[in-house]
Amino acid sequence: MADLSAVRAESLVKNFGDFRAVDEIDLHVRQGEIFGVLGPNGAGKTTTLRMLATLLPIDGGHAEIFGVDVRREPHRIRQLVGVTGQYASVDEDLTARENLWLFARLQGLPGTRAKAIAGELLERFGLQEAADRPLSQFSGGMRRRLDLASSLITRPPLIFLDEPTTGLDPRTRGQMWDTIRELVTDGSTILLTTQYLDEADQLADRVAVIDRGRKVAEDTPDALKTQVGDSTLQLSLADGSDIALAANVVRRLLGEEPVLTPESGRMNIPLPDPNRAADVLIGLREAGLGISSVSVAKPTLDEVFLALTGHGADDEPQMEAAR
Amino acid sequence: MTTTSTMTATTHNPRRVDPSAAVARTTSRSSVQETWIQILAMARRALKKMRRKPEQFFDVLIQPLLFTAMFAFIFGGAISGSVSDYLPVLIPGILAQTALTVCMATGVQLREDMDKGVFDRFKSLPIARIAPLAGPMIADLIRYGIASVLTLASGLAIGYRPGGGVLGCVGGVALTVISGWSLAWIFTWLGTMARSAQSVQGISMMIMFPLTFLSNAFVPAETLPGWLQAFVKVNPVSHVVSAVRDLFNDGAVTAEVGWAVIGCVAVVAIFAPLAVRSYSRKM
Repeated sequence: MADLSAVRAESLVKNFGDFRAVDEIDLHVRQGEIFGVLGPNGAGKTTTLRMLATLLPIDGGHAEIFGVDVRREPHRIRQLVGVTGQYASVDEDLTARENLWLFARLQGLPGTRAKAIAGELLERFGLQEAADRPLSQFSGGMRRRLDLASSLITRPPLIFLDEPTTGLDPRTRGQMWDTIRELVTDGSTILLTTQYLDEADQLADRVAVIDRGRKVAEDTPDALKTQVGDSTLQLSLADGSDIALAANVVRRLLGEEPVLTPESGRMNIPLPDPNRAADVLIGLREAGLGISSVSVAKPTLDEVFLALTGHGADDEPQMEAAR
Repeated sequence: MTTTSTMTATTHNPRRVDPSAAVARTTSRSSVQETWIQILAMARRALKKMRRKPEQFFDVLIQPLLFTAMFAFIFGGAISGSVSDYLPVLIPGILAQTALTVCMATGVQLREDMDKGVFDRFKSLPIARIAPLAGPMIADLIRYGIASVLTLASGLAIGYRPGGGVLGCVGGVALTVISGWSLAWIFTWLGTMARSAQSVQGISMMIMFPLTFLSNAFVPAETLPGWLQAFVKVNPVSHVVSAVRDLFNDGAVTAEVGWAVIGCVAVVAIFAPLAVRSYSRKM
């Protein structure tokens, strides 16, 4: 194939009445990469994904998946894309095994093969013990795993993951990340949406930042973070410590200007290299200054947004992309 | 389907996914055979759900028993002079009414089902758009069957002796099941159009009551005023009821049977495409 793009979308547009949910978004996802679409609720991430998955009509622009036109050949697209939604799209009235069997049969696997693949996926996703229990007894994490397993039955070359870890506890989240990485080593391409910068950072090769239906940036996670700024060292000095003296120590050691809150004895220090936090702490001790608390904060999505758009991620409630 | 070949590479032995091969394997639509397999898989899903929620059989169990007895003893004397004379008129009428109630449930349940997350997956899968609609309707054939047999049985219990014999009865029940299935496409279409299950229920009631009561299901059409007779004559339910009466009571395959079948074919030909179109649009 001449075109090595998994997804090539140009000027995608979606309107809901007067509201333009997706406003001329371009996306180029290369084969074999994890591409993250990062943005707050209502930015248009889910809507974009649903258009590409043929779940919503495309109002304007052009989209191709592995060179197949999304608008003209929806049936082909559905054979190439596995979709795992934000809300688990599995049948609540069936068991996990029955769900997988049904989706396998619907996609043309013969009965015995459908049964076998259901068993394999249940094992791979650690669901075999719960396989024949009703889904009402499933935890959120188990449902997500079943949902993802359901998307992988025919091993589609492109997998859409819509906020795959929203609402999961940290441990389950880590497991989900591992699974996603495994999929890529099998040769699949992944397009995922997320609200979390650290998730994009952990998983994605490249990230598009979406705000109010527009793409405001596209780069590697590292480049984005550099663009946004650095980690911050947050210090609270012990009572009676001289904050002006502490600020001098910081300036001397790092050459950075700390942001001071003298009333509470707090300092926020920009930290280009987190390893240098120790230098500051040692410097303060040598100067005889006590510290009551210390933390290093990474740039948050909010800061990315502030930096890229001039407004915060949550300062304006918008309608969540219509389903 | 050709995708089966990729499946031989199991997850234990991961063969790399090859996008260009996957693209080459895609088809632009489901073949007739694939569609049929999909419909059967959806039917099996519906059957599993029925087994797990037997309370949804309530309508097909209670209504035939209750209405047959009630209508026979209340209207029998007034309409036909005696209960036993009314039964040959009434039983086919109750059959049609019960079948329509089942149809209504088809639409309501489809709407409820469509609001669930799993329909997102159905839409994202490469399956014929008719499969999620037609699958449950195949499973519903069982409901029509149960309802028809029960109605007939309760009729027999209170003294109905169909002149058409066993063959006539089998024919009548079969025609009821076919008609119910065909008319259900109207309610399936409503299910794909309406905003909520309640509104499907409401609209269906408004369709069902005129269809059953403004027909010859419970009273002879000759007793009605002329303008009403005109409607009763074109009402497809009337033709089904007349046809079932001919089968039950005389064992005769009359022109009415022909009209009933033609009516059913027409309903499916109009409403099945409408339902599929409106379902595909709802994406």
